[in-house]
Amino acid sequence: MTFSVVVNVMPKAGISDPQGQTIERALPALGYTGVNGVRVGKRIMLEIEAATEDEARARATEMCERLLANSVIEAYEVAIGEARTEGAQA
Amino acid sequence: MRARVGVVVFPGSNCERDCVKSLSQLGAETELVWHDDPVLPEVDIVVLPGGFAHGDYLRTGALARFSPIMQAVTDHAERGGLVLGVCNGFQVLCETGLLPGALHKNKGLKFMCKWTELRVDNAATPFTSRASTGSVLKIPINHFEGNWYCDPETLQGMRERDQIVLRYVDNPNGALDDAAGIVNENGNVFGLMPHPERACDELLGSEDGIVLLGSAIDHVLKTTPARV
Repeated sequence: MTFSVVVNVMPKAGISDPQGQTIERALPALGYTGVNGVRVGKRIMLEIEAATEDEARARATEMCERLLANSVIEAYEVAIGEARTEGAQA
Repeated sequence: MRARVGVVVFPGSNCERDCVKSLSQLGAETELVWHDDPVLPEVDIVVLPGGFAHGDYLRTGALARFSPIMQAVTDHAERGGLVLGVCNGFQVLCETGLLPGALHKNKGLKFMCKWTELRVDNAATPFTSRASTGSVLKIPINHFEGNWYCDPETLQGMRERDQIVLRYVDNPNGALDDAAGIVNENGNVFGLMPHPERACDELLGSEDGIVLLGSAIDHVLKTTPARV
């Protein structure tokens, strides 16, 4: 089966996020006051072939640990979306 | 005898020739080493130069770590060989795990290209022996992701072992503890954001880079048995 997987990578809590801070400072210029805690991260979308959802999650998590996120400065979340069976025909 | 230096070239490296020129002027035998080569030539010092290895995609230095040469560089470091990472090379060393911490975007969210003053806080490393502790070097920076960070426990251990070798006099990028250059626990792997190879000639504004590059060459000549 092929699983759609979304990985969200964010700066860890406590790590400065200059992009988020800059956006937060820019928003009042457009009249948006009362906006705090802006953080900027990245979303990585993957299609992973695996037998089960657990296997897809385990593989994505391993990829995060080894490449997709740098655990010194970044935290990640793995979300498994819909599954598709290749060549499933009636 | 001359020190032998291999300067690694990744796709996107752009400071390798400056490194070759400055190290050659200091008497080293230098050669360029392609990142895709799984073995290093016989060298005493490996230099990872500045630039944008593999386009800096995903994170700076993140993909360079998978270049075949990096296993050989890791083996060289584990044997006690000297490894110097400048700017992007420093980022690669952190991503590879040869140095602690990580480099993220400058505090002011600006690419910075300017002269900086660096205080030598540990002159007892193979890369700083020509300096005295407390002396100040004038060497330029040229980066967007030079804001070094590590967790508090790691930082404490590094301070106790004097691993933060160079500190900015006037921190330009938000780096933790003003760190501009750090060494590993054994002291044989050194990464710094400033570019010593760009400060090896009075015509360019400073010769202080020679202090760092020359120290590494001195170390090799002092510690390597004579070669025929």
